[in-house]
Amino acid sequence: MIAARGLGRTFGLRHVIRDLDLEVDRGSFLLLTGPNGSGKTTLLRLIAGLLVPTAGELEVRVSRERIGFLGHEPLVYRELTALENLDLYGRLYRVPERRERIGMLLERFGLWDARNQRADSFSRGMLQRLALCRTLLHDPELLVLDEPFSALDEDGAALLDRELAELRPAATFVVSTHDPARLEPLASQRLAFA
Amino acid sequence: MSTSFRNNRVALAALLAAVLVPAAIAVVFFYAPVDEDGLNQKIFYFHVPIALTAYACFGWGAWKGLVHLWKGKPGADLESYVAIHLGVIFGAMTLITGSLWAKFRWGHWWLWSERQLVLFLVLFLFYSAYFMLRYSVEAGPQRANLCAVYSLFGVVLIPISFLAIRLANQYIHPIAFNRHGPQMAGSQFLTFCVCLAAMLALFAALYQFELAGKRLDARLRELRELLA
Amino acid sequence: MSAYLADVATLARKDLRLELRARSIVPAMLLFVVAALVVFHFALPSGSSDLAAKGMLWVAIVFTALLGLTRAFVAEREQRLLDGLLLAPCDRSAIWLAKAVAMLGFLAVAEIVALPAFGLFFSGIDGATVAGVALADLGICAVGTVLAAMAVAGRARELLLPLLFLPLAIPIVVGGVGASVADEPARYLGFLALYDAVFAIISWASFEYVVSE
Repeated sequence: MIAARGLGRTFGLRHVIRDLDLEVDRGSFLLLTGPNGSGKTTLLRLIAGLLVPTAGELEVRVSRERIGFLGHEPLVYRELTALENLDLYGRLYRVPERRERIGMLLERFGLWDARNQRADSFSRGMLQRLALCRTLLHDPELLVLDEPFSALDEDGAALLDRELAELRPAATFVVSTHDPARLEPLASQRLAFA
Repeated sequence: MSTSFRNNRVALAALLAAVLVPAAIAVVFFYAPVDEDGLNQKIFYFHVPIALTAYACFGWGAWKGLVHLWKGKPGADLESYVAIHLGVIFGAMTLITGSLWAKFRWGHWWLWSERQLVLFLVLFLFYSAYFMLRYSVEAGPQRANLCAVYSLFGVVLIPISFLAIRLANQYIHPIAFNRHGPQMAGSQFLTFCVCLAAMLALFAALYQFELAGKRLDARLRELRELLA
Repeated sequence: MSAYLADVATLARKDLRLELRARSIVPAMLLFVVAALVVFHFALPSGSSDLAAKGMLWVAIVFTALLGLTRAFVAEREQRLLDGLLLAPCDRSAIWLAKAVAMLGFLAVAEIVALPAFGLFFSGIDGATVAGVALADLGICAVGTVLAAMAVAGRARELLLPLLFLPLAIPIVVGGVGASVADEPARYLGFLALYDAVFAIISWASFEYVVSE
């Protein structure tokens, strides 16, 4: 599903990723570990299609609308309500039965009561949960998650654990984390960044 | 393309320029008939070819920009940048020679009625902003894309601005100065052609030279990276 | 095609809704344009013709538009919201079109105030001027949106946008002022339409490259 050969990415003169080879099959769970600034986020953004390689090749055999990406930013509009944000993405991704799906996700992530509140009134944990709703909204087959557990409190983390376990058989995952022990049981492949 | 072949190109272009530029100077001062304007007609022989060469630079730069966007050829961005860089230099020369010509002919350093000159002023502003754009974005695929798109906007701006300036002259002031167009006698035309060839050769030489230098810089940087 | 237009509508609605809630761009533009007209009154010595004032109207419009355009992509860059739009399956050019349409709306609101104010402070506005303003707005928003996206890609974005925008605005000013003051406004209006068509096409086609990293 994902194949990289000699993949490289520079920013200005800095090589952040250099000569990387990678193969991820459908249904795998690739776990990325490593210190900050080592290139994990860059690789995730390359896979999601937000960056283009500056060297080598990267093939992601999934179309854009089947990729779900969670980055450092929640990618929600602060002046819009949770419902409006998800409706926006729901329309852009042409999600079938949009309203039902949005309602279902908000409920699963414990945000149903806050659905008509503007995102700028949300706590960090709530924003992360809203971001997860956005990521899962269009039923993606490839999930690219950058430190998904960051900013989540215990309840939020438990919700995410449950979601990941449920989605594990149906999707392919590329996830970076600072807490490898948590995701270790799900992982089928590991890549450590130096 | 091997370096030695490229070096030959630089040498060839330099040779061509080295022959044509002195030839042009000689032809302008010793061959071309002395007009009633006297010496300032001579400036004209340089001013218009320099202007045309500047257009050629911007056109070449836009072409390379298009190649970069369309085909993704790795060297195209650098080639586009060098062409536009030289275009700005030739453009500045156009403004200077044009201003000198205006001073000698009409007694003013600047004439808004001189459409060519005004066009170059607008283009000069536009392409100077190109460099501001280039230096404010980090090197990478996005910078190359932005510069290529901007160079295409530029080449579209040239005819549009020309039209605009023409239209503007109608409401800003009626055309008071009657400049005589290029109804040139045979010998004048030959002089003009030699000068044009010389300026284009100069562009080609400077282009190859600067490109070779920048490519060398890039190679050096690459090697340094590999060794580090 | 209808999916494309649906995307444009979704995105434009989003921008308009955001502005309605945040109220950051339009009030600033309104205040600026009126303040600018007042400044122009003091900048035109007595004996200046009506025509000089008409010219100043166009200066006011261009700089008011610039003010609005500077804010066009700021949120998208600061909170990386553009990523969200780039991930979506919509055409990148739809992002451009939606943003340009939204900016057009903001600029129109500013002009609905500016033109009567101009009529009040200086002289009357005729049909040709209004037509000129309408056509000029299209060009300003088309080109300005692409340039705004370029400017936010680098450092010093507020400084860069005016430098990128003003040379391209010169033909618009020529067309607009010509339509306002000349005896035959038709040819200036025609020129503005040409500018709009040409630059809209290349803006539409090139936006995708401007936003890809």
